[in-house]
Amino acid sequence: MELLAYTIQQTINGLQLGAIYALIALGYTMVYGVLRLINFAHGDIFMFGAFVAYYLIAKWQVPLPLVFVITMAATALLGLLVERVAYKPLRSAPKISLLITAVGVSLFLEYFLSLQSIFTPNYIAFPRPFDVVSHDLGPAVVTNIQVIIFAVTGASLVLLYLLVYRTKHGRAMRAVSHNRETAALMGINVDGTISFTFAVGTACAGIGGILYGFAYPQINVFMGVMPGVKSFIAAVLGGIGLVHGAVLGGLVIGLSEVFVSAFVSSTLRDGLIFIILLVVLLVRPSGLFGKRSEKV
Amino acid sequence: MNFFKGAKRFILSCAIAYVLLKVLFVSGLATQYVEQVILYALVIIIASLGLNVIYGYTGQFSLGHAAFYGIGAYASAWLTHAFSIGSAPAFLPVLLFSGLFSALIGGLIGLPILKLKDDFLAIATLGFGMLVRTLLDNSDRVSDVLGGSRGFIGIPKLTSLEIVLAAMAILVPVTRNIIFSRYGLFWQCIKDDELASTAFGIDTGRMKSMAFTYGCFLAGIAGGLYAHLYTFLHPSNFDFLKSIDFLIIVIVGGMGSITGTIIGGLLWVGFIEGLRIVLPSGMLDLRWVFIPLFLIALMMLRPYGLISRRESKILGIDKR
Repeated sequence: MELLAYTIQQTINGLQLGAIYALIALGYTMVYGVLRLINFAHGDIFMFGAFVAYYLIAKWQVPLPLVFVITMAATALLGLLVERVAYKPLRSAPKISLLITAVGVSLFLEYFLSLQSIFTPNYIAFPRPFDVVSHDLGPAVVTNIQVIIFAVTGASLVLLYLLVYRTKHGRAMRAVSHNRETAALMGINVDGTISFTFAVGTACAGIGGILYGFAYPQINVFMGVMPGVKSFIAAVLGGIGLVHGAVLGGLVIGLSEVFVSAFVSSTLRDGLIFIILLVVLLVRPSGLFGKRSEKV
Repeated sequence: MNFFKGAKRFILSCAIAYVLLKVLFVSGLATQYVEQVILYALVIIIASLGLNVIYGYTGQFSLGHAAFYGIGAYASAWLTHAFSIGSAPAFLPVLLFSGLFSALIGGLIGLPILKLKDDFLAIATLGFGMLVRTLLDNSDRVSDVLGGSRGFIGIPKLTSLEIVLAAMAILVPVTRNIIFSRYGLFWQCIKDDELASTAFGIDTGRMKSMAFTYGCFLAGIAGGLYAHLYTFLHPSNFDFLKSIDFLIIVIVGGMGSITGTIIGGLLWVGFIEGLRIVLPSGMLDLRWVFIPLFLIALMMLRPYGLISRRESKILGIDKR
């Protein structure tokens, strides 16, 4: 019984982490869909979101719903800026040049924001604008933070799904992702669609940043690196370019990370994630939901 | 003897460099710190040469080169510890073995992951690099000597100017000879167009894994030299940022150019260490703000580097 309760508790913790990974993975998967680029800077935009939320809550006491709106706007702006300044001039360049540029943007954001006069390289305690309440559900405990995370993630996913599959913008995104040249011939504004996709994806990362701050209340300029890489792995696991794939991949990665920490060793958890990546890339490179022999 | 004929200019250059540097070190004009930095630059050049073979010549993008450098470093340090080696002649087989061990791991991991292309290969090598980092962090569970996240301490200082320059005098001409052999041409074919290479009857899978294995071999030897230069190893010395270092050297120097890698390595280490002297200590963090900007600018202006596909006469390559 003891073990069962422990397992259920760890499952909830894993879903909490997985939900945040899913939000970050969405940005990766959408950007990869339209641009065929692994946006290395995405994890750093997630970090930027957490810092914006920190300033809004701790320094200016902004009400919580507004925190979400302003943070999403801020990360979306940063995403648009990165796309316009760094990626757009390289649209016709070789794939690897674009990838190296993305790595450069990521390093720049980390080290620029870690300057003493900006965010400083120190760990900063993330404030919670509400008290933590634990709900005892028999075998396991659910905190109100977890309820918020699940609710916000769920709502974001539904909205995103509607955006991608039920609106004109979403149709344009899917068309560009399918074939950029043909989409342009059909009168779709390709550059505009790419920018729009960046904005939506980075806004999701912003939400992820706020939720991450609530769940693990310590933020740092380099906090985006590992969640960024793991979320990308989640996107690959689910099938890159697919919205539901990113969500499922995020949950699987979050759960496996928490289970390895809980039952094996917390220092080995990163190792398992990369073994998952290597296995997926070799056995089924198009991911769990991707069509076979689609890419790579 | 043909080897020496072809490599005579380069070996001669190494000898001249040896005399000059030796005078510099013995006379006391260069501090111990400067001596270490110069040796480090040469070590880094050997490892970068490995990445240039993999990426610059064969076009297989790797973000995990530091992992193979680290594997070589740990393997050699473990060997000198296990056999309590303390002299230069016994150190040479250790270096060779650490290179071979790195090559073995590289060859094994290359078999599956080299089927991937471009950005997926990048992510797979990045993942492998982080896996190695995690394993090194946990290495004290296997053997206490390896030190895990505390670091590997007490490695004898065996890397000297003689050994580093001897390694360069052998490895650079050997690399040059391989590059200008039929295999090297196959590699460059694959870089230009993999599909067309297959159509010509080149066994692309085998050629790619050959290039990858050889690149890892060079990284492993460089790792062994590094371990016995700084006498202390820590898993964080072999993380993602180190792989980026190698990548920058290859790109700055020029993809597909041995001369470029040598110049790129010297420029890079000179730049990094030079800024350490020039910038006040509070501003040191600014280095990593400007380096990425430089990288982005390079990608926009000269995506193939400064000296791409050209070689210095020192290497003794005739115009073909």
